[in-house]
Amino acid sequence: MPKDHGIGAPQKRREDIRFLTGRGVYTDDMALHGQTAAVFVRSTVAHGRIKAINTAKAAAMPGVLAIFTGEDFKDVGGNPAGWLINSRDGTPMREPKRPVLAHGKVRHVGDAYAVVVAETLSQAKDAAEQLAEDSVIEELPAIVDMKAAVADPSNRVHDEIPDNLCFDWGWIEDNRAAVDAAMKAAPHVVTLNLVNNRLVPNAMEPRASIGEYFPGTGDYKLTTTSQNPHLTRLLVAAFVLGIPENKLTVVAPDVGGGFGSKIYHYGEEALVLAAAKKLGRPVRWTAERSESFLTDAHGRDHVTKIELGCTKDGQILAIRTETLANVGAYLSNFSTATPTFLHGTLMAGPYKVPHVYVNVKTVFTNTAPVDAYRGAGRPEATFSLERVIDKMCRELGLDPFEVRRKNLLTPDQFPYTTPVGLVYDTGNYQATLDRAMAMADVAGFEKRAAESKSRGKLRGMGLSTWIEACGIAPSHLVGILGSRVGLYDAATVRVNATGNLSVMVGAHSHGQGHETVFAQIVADKLGIPETSVEIVHGDTSKIPFGMGSYGSRSLAVCGVAVTKAIDKIVAKGKKIAAHMLEASEGDITFEDGKFSVAGTDKAKTFGEIAFSAYVPHNYPLETLEPGLEETAFYDPANFTYPAGAYICEVEVDEGTGKVDVVAFHCADDFGNVMNPMVVEGQVHGGVGQGIGQALCEFTTYDENGQLLTGSYMDYPMPRAEDVPFYNVDYSCQTPCTHNPLGVKGCGEAGAIGSPPAVVNAVIDALHRGGHTHVTHIDMPVSPSRVWQAVNG
Amino acid sequence: MHNFDFAKPSTIADAAKALAADGAQALSGGQTLIPTMKQRLAAPATLVSLTGIAEMRGVCTGDGGLHIGAATPHAVVAKEARAHYPALANLAGGIGDPSVRSRGTIGGSIANNDPAACYPSAVLASGATVVTNKRKIAADDYFQGLFSTALEEGEFVTSVVFPIPQKAAYVKFNQPASRFALTGVFVAKFANGVRVGVTGAGNDGVFRWAEAERALSADFSAAALSGLSVDPSGMIADLHGSATYRANLVKVLTTRAVAAAG
Repeated sequence: MPKDHGIGAPQKRREDIRFLTGRGVYTDDMALHGQTAAVFVRSTVAHGRIKAINTAKAAAMPGVLAIFTGEDFKDVGGNPAGWLINSRDGTPMREPKRPVLAHGKVRHVGDAYAVVVAETLSQAKDAAEQLAEDSVIEELPAIVDMKAAVADPSNRVHDEIPDNLCFDWGWIEDNRAAVDAAMKAAPHVVTLNLVNNRLVPNAMEPRASIGEYFPGTGDYKLTTTSQNPHLTRLLVAAFVLGIPENKLTVVAPDVGGGFGSKIYHYGEEALVLAAAKKLGRPVRWTAERSESFLTDAHGRDHVTKIELGCTKDGQILAIRTETLANVGAYLSNFSTATPTFLHGTLMAGPYKVPHVYVNVKTVFTNTAPVDAYRGAGRPEATFSLERVIDKMCRELGLDPFEVRRKNLLTPDQFPYTTPVGLVYDTGNYQATLDRAMAMADVAGFEKRAAESKSRGKLRGMGLSTWIEACGIAPSHLVGILGSRVGLYDAATVRVNATGNLSVMVGAHSHGQGHETVFAQIVADKLGIPETSVEIVHGDTSKIPFGMGSYGSRSLAVCGVAVTKAIDKIVAKGKKIAAHMLEASEGDITFEDGKFSVAGTDKAKTFGEIAFSAYVPHNYPLETLEPGLEETAFYDPANFTYPAGAYICEVEVDEGTGKVDVVAFHCADDFGNVMNPMVVEGQVHGGVGQGIGQALCEFTTYDENGQLLTGSYMDYPMPRAEDVPFYNVDYSCQTPCTHNPLGVKGCGEAGAIGSPPAVVNAVIDALHRGGHTHVTHIDMPVSPSRVWQAVNG
Repeated sequence: MHNFDFAKPSTIADAAKALAADGAQALSGGQTLIPTMKQRLAAPATLVSLTGIAEMRGVCTGDGGLHIGAATPHAVVAKEARAHYPALANLAGGIGDPSVRSRGTIGGSIANNDPAACYPSAVLASGATVVTNKRKIAADDYFQGLFSTALEEGEFVTSVVFPIPQKAAYVKFNQPASRFALTGVFVAKFANGVRVGVTGAGNDGVFRWAEAERALSADFSAAALSGLSVDPSGMIADLHGSATYRANLVKVLTTRAVAAAG
């Protein structure tokens, strides 16, 4: 019987009732007295020099209250990169200023160089159209292709950066010679050139921001679609506008999905604050979908050459990669960490590989900024690795299951220090592989393939054994590696006088289900009903300084902070109970919501203790403060390392090239599971996005830097019909060894592990159909690409 | 969206009068026009809705076959044409998604003549007659290239009359993003021959594949098509498929449509 409450219970998400009945409150839902509308004037060319912005006509139009251009912000700070990366030669990365509004040059289609604030949205739009007409922008040749960007030093995205290179990173540079030697000595070397396709995040709710200024107090308030309100406050305060942190409140209310794209601070947020101050009225902006396509930070966009040295029987000896990673026109906040420390450090996978070297050159182009997107670097590493291993199996005629098994780390090898700088604490990769193979009925594949063939379809099976590092992250470690922030999290547990709780958390839920899961943990630990626990998040005036949600960190970092705060509550409760029960503190036990004197029937309920803390008539006031509220900050000792085995089966229609995913089996090890239903939902969503990347989604800029896939008419999002009924299992559990919940995180796993399983399955199907010349197809493995690969 | 005036006449004559005004634009289901206006790419002074005209709505049999009012939504055609012309009902039931099918109309679709729309293939393959407020136009004369039709200024479609074939089927291959037809083929077998309408593929919009029609008129079987090929030179090439790929799809889907027609 599954539990019906507390840790491990498959509780339905409490937040779904308001989301599914239209009672969520999102930024754009908020109507404010005296509000005004901002419309941004965005570049229609990818690269251009701003010659003139003639504001006179637009300023005189009906309802127009203010116009801002880059000139107004040229003396304030830029939006910084959050991670300093050094090149192989030790020089720091090139870090151009990212202004609130483009100044001097525009650097991608959609780059905002002016904004109109008016009484109504329609008036602001009319004036923005006029302002665009009255702006003179000299178009420059666009820099779109990464190889060309590096090769042509004369054409520069940023005038001060001669070769459009942000950095040339080697990981680990000291190992390079040994890796080269091992590769040279390897009996067989497999080489694969691949593209990890650029993706547009497409959160259901577009970005939106409202700025308010209160002249009576000098306070500012930013309501915004953020995964990370404290980071946004810090960036606006300390780097961009210089508003004192204590005078700025950032609220991220209900947020409709982020997938990474709402981690970052964007110029629109600074703009609405500055405009609100100037006008003394609220200023609001909500992106239209086309603005989201053009300006949300995109994901992936790697061009990689991976080489794998091995023995003839498939023992991996060395891995070497060279990657060009696109950062777009400006450095978004995590853009330098994503292709480096979230990517290169995973290149050993779950395997015992003695020699690994990763080289990443990060390139500026006249395209939207690129940053972390669900998985962030780890999907790119996993895809490269799992595809090259699959290619190795084909070249050497080896069984992909046996090759994985031969190379996987074994449970006795933990903790294991990889050659790329991580220490895996625990795992059992054989167990998840066995589980996935049983779920997928690998032995029955031939029979299914024959049945598919009878319907004219080619069936194939693909495997991916993946690992990731999440629960981001130990601050001391990321500090050494260049992070400019700490990555702890925080929680405050406030027990109210009547015994119910408000729990303020630093993590931000934008669809994950924190309100449910954190409440389950708190209720379980305190032996009280979940309905007595309110989870408060997303408002810097209420919550402790946390680092928000991304990198599958909410539970493994913030969830642990919650339990640490609960521990403090229980410890204080014991002191109060000892006084009330006239016993020594050491004799008090806490179980099922009761403080008891061990070995007696003397007890006080949690509610009685809470009441006593706030009505301290019978209370040890000489030694103990009244009240019952505790805060804990938790900084993890290590990353967590979820891992798993995914098996995908596809059918390929040779006539049209269409690929159907007909089965998808996930055997994941997330450590302990707090809410199985939420875990399944996260895996479904992640695998759905992974299938989207593998089969559907692509982002194309033409040679002039125009985004050709700028709407749903051309950007193929996966739909229900594109995904199968997922078969999800998380029964293989090796609890994380360094956090008290034993949890690892599950938010990104599906998006990390699934793309190579899909592509491997397609290649398998084509080989079974006799198309053995097809060794690789770049994602998305769309119908036309499959047909072209077979018939080309 | 810019401001506009709105008229909803209840007769064809009143609609014609309203449309004669400067800056007037006919509105049917609005599935193309409204998004275009929202993007400020179109700004008509007056929208004249055709959906309030009772005689332009509904499905019935009559002279010359199945009569479908131009303002009939796809969902209604999917339901009400099923007993008479199942292939046409299937086509209507596969357009867009439920909300598109509830609003979008056959008249709006063929007046717009999007090169990837489904209906033009059925109209052409059925040899249907397009009835307007002024005249009757044979399908072969009606479609005149991308977004281009025989409709004149002030003229609008009031109904479409479909002869009912002995056998027919529509097979569509979706464009992966928009789910319009990347290529769609409508095959209709009549007593006097077979007609094949192809949408989504041709540079000049919907077209008839004459060689396939000849082969299938002689022998209505998938095998009859095996020796044929489609010249890619007239095919659309875009992000979602090359001209060669589309040429392949025309043949593959025609073959499948013949098989589906039975």
